Amino acid sequence: MSFQIPSDTTLGRIQRAPENFVSRSDIAFVNRASETDRRSFFKKAFAAAAVGAVAASPAMAAAAKGDPAILNLPAHTKGLGQPVAAMPYGMPSQYEKNLQRRESPGLTRVGAASVSFCPLQGLFGVITPSGLHFERHHQGWWDIDPTQHRLMINGLVKREMVFTIDELMRMESVSRVHFIECGANSGMEWANVAVPTVQYTHGMLSCSEFTGVPLIKVLDYCGVDLKKGRYILAEGADGSSMTRTIPMEMVESGEVLLTYGQNGEMLRPENGYPLRLIVPGVQGVSSVKYLRRIEVGDKPYAAKDEAVHYVDLMPDGTHRQYTSIQECKSVITTPSGGQKLLTPGFYNITGLAWSGRGKITAVDVSTDGGKNWKSATVQGPVHDKSLTRFNLPWVWDGKGEVLLQSRAVDSTGYVQPSYRTLREKRDDKSIYHNNAIQSWRVDATGEVHNVHVG
Amino acid sequence: MTIHLKFDQKPAARPNRKGIAAVLSMVVLGSTLLFSNSGFAFEGLGRIATGDEVKAWDIDVRPDFVGLPKGSGSVQKGMDVWEAQCASCHGVFGESNEVFTPIVGGTTAEDIKRGRVQSLKDGSSPQRTTLMKVPTVSTLWDYINRAMPWTAPKSLSTEEVYAVTAYILNMGGIVGDDFVLSDTNIAQVQGKMPNRNGMQSNHGMWLASGKPDVKEKRCMSNCKPDAKVISYLPDYARDAHGNLIDQNRLVGPVRGVVTVAAKAGESASAPKVSMSSGESLFNANGCVACHGVDNKKLGPSVVAVANKYADRKDAKAYLAGKIKTGSSGVWGDMPMPAQAHLSDEDTNALSDWFLSKKK
Repeated sequence: MSFQIPSDTTLGRIQRAPENFVSRSDIAFVNRASETDRRSFFKKAFAAAAVGAVAASPAMAAAAKGDPAILNLPAHTKGLGQPVAAMPYGMPSQYEKNLQRRESPGLTRVGAASVSFCPLQGLFGVITPSGLHFERHHQGWWDIDPTQHRLMINGLVKREMVFTIDELMRMESVSRVHFIECGANSGMEWANVAVPTVQYTHGMLSCSEFTGVPLIKVLDYCGVDLKKGRYILAEGADGSSMTRTIPMEMVESGEVLLTYGQNGEMLRPENGYPLRLIVPGVQGVSSVKYLRRIEVGDKPYAAKDEAVHYVDLMPDGTHRQYTSIQECKSVITTPSGGQKLLTPGFYNITGLAWSGRGKITAVDVSTDGGKNWKSATVQGPVHDKSLTRFNLPWVWDGKGEVLLQSRAVDSTGYVQPSYRTLREKRDDKSIYHNNAIQSWRVDATGEVHNVHVG
Repeated sequence: MTIHLKFDQKPAARPNRKGIAAVLSMVVLGSTLLFSNSGFAFEGLGRIATGDEVKAWDIDVRPDFVGLPKGSGSVQKGMDVWEAQCASCHGVFGESNEVFTPIVGGTTAEDIKRGRVQSLKDGSSPQRTTLMKVPTVSTLWDYINRAMPWTAPKSLSTEEVYAVTAYILNMGGIVGDDFVLSDTNIAQVQGKMPNRNGMQSNHGMWLASGKPDVKEKRCMSNCKPDAKVISYLPDYARDAHGNLIDQNRLVGPVRGVVTVAAKAGESASAPKVSMSSGESLFNANGCVACHGVDNKKLGPSVVAVANKYADRKDAKAYLAGKIKTGSSGVWGDMPMPAQAHLSDEDTNALSDWFLSKKK
């Protein structure tokens, strides 16, 4: 049961008490509301009275004895709760249902070749709960029987081999925190503002602790020819049998993982159960799900998703092919588009930064559209090619307009660019690899809007 | 498919465990160099792939046509396959934008000569079609072979893959009506691909060590004149992504903005759940690609189907059968592909749900 906001009041402004001192419309609203809603309305009035001196006297009069949430002991304080294992696999609170993966209406026309966006606006820290990890499927997802799944290694190896999941899970494993970002994340925003919230502007982005085996170890075991074999082709077992070329340099670094674990449990079916590749720092399409085969070859493969899609159109009409790296980027997640600040006063500006080239070393935040910047606190431990949380205390004065921006710097010294800088080089038709600085406009009512700033 | 090492070591038949262990331990003893990067071997894990297994999975075709099976297919044959299995999603001429972005269009005879697609530069085509972008004909062959048709990937014969590829090229004006595409002439066709010279790799985004194309300064104060908002979401799009109050937490420093006014007596944040299994199946199996509930798309609407058949005695079995085996000629020229992968239980549930939509 949520508090219902009447259309003629403004959330975040000091509310007058519901009884004794209210407008005609307020009375009508309270009369309409259920008993529960009445309590929460009352509680809100009390809270507002506690912080805001303006309305203190009428509200305090109404709440003279104190907060009913304290004075009237609720059922959970006076009764018996649920037993253990009532839910053998625990689920989020019923009050958290608003935070879900969502599609962007009109973006695609077939659910099996679509995207669902991660609700970044409500997440904490850097780990994405597995059930909220963004989805991108090219030909639908499957829940594959792990006992029947096989990984084949072939091509430029001495021994073309087959492994079961049992065998891969017997190998020495590593667990590493990495982001996955779709190459088309923020793609709708290249030319102009198109979507309202951070879920849709940046939600093809998630971060997990992945567990698996470095691919190079398995390739070594198969006798890989690293002199000739400078590329691998990764191939999925699903209907699309999606393929991507990955340069051997990445594999040799030890970073590319044959992955079965995600956040302490097995991968979720939507994320490639029982086996996927993780190619850290590279657009998500290369982290092939339902991985069935790795081929070692001496040339790139020009697969559909590197010759028709995931190619970046440049102003001269050519496409950049094999663009892979997700360059340094950041976004403020609170306050962000489609949100409303409660009241003037203290806030924590918080958000995420990441780089496909290394670690985040600094994040700067501006409240005036990029004229002046302050360094935010970058929260450790900072992982390589991982989401990184930043925070900056801020007091909203409730007056005028605020333009919030964040700008990340990575361990190579690269500074996240503005839209202007990016468009000067690439124009605005490329669809992919938009890592521009995001702007959020806070208006005088506290509502936050997605805007581009020039 | 790739070239193999000359010293490729393949057992004659699927070896037993003991045999592999012997081979591997010999390798370990005989060549420490082999495992120098890992420092250890996964002794006893994995087995040698048989020739038949590699053949079954190694289906990729590279731009130099390594991996391309011998064979051929005509434009004429391709047209038949196309109209039966491809047109329902891609349109009769590959032009449809209903389900996927168009395959054909936006290229000219001049582009075929030059190997660069002019409309990519001047923006004269409303959509970037497959033929405008794809530089390599191998990509088309490989993808059709591995992933098409949509609901029954890998069901086309080698001849059909050649034929459909030929038909797409024909629709794009790249080959003539009587052309027969084959492994022996595909390299010549590559020389006519409209965007064959349209790709570049001189960028720094292939490897982590690549050089970025832009360099932003990290200015901290008085960086630029007052910022101006140059783009924002128009008011009419305010509710295009639903009610944003329902997409934010009930507690915390912020709430979601109300973008959809609540109807009288209805909670603004009542979650929308409850789906009959028929509706779930409808959404989960790609039916929505061609059928709307109330609106005609490529195929008839659910309501129209229900209205037509609901009074038939055997309506449920009839519709279930049509879903399973496919159908053509009832609602127009566009055939509905068979949905043979659905169980009887599922087709019956779908049939029930369709019929429940009678108006």
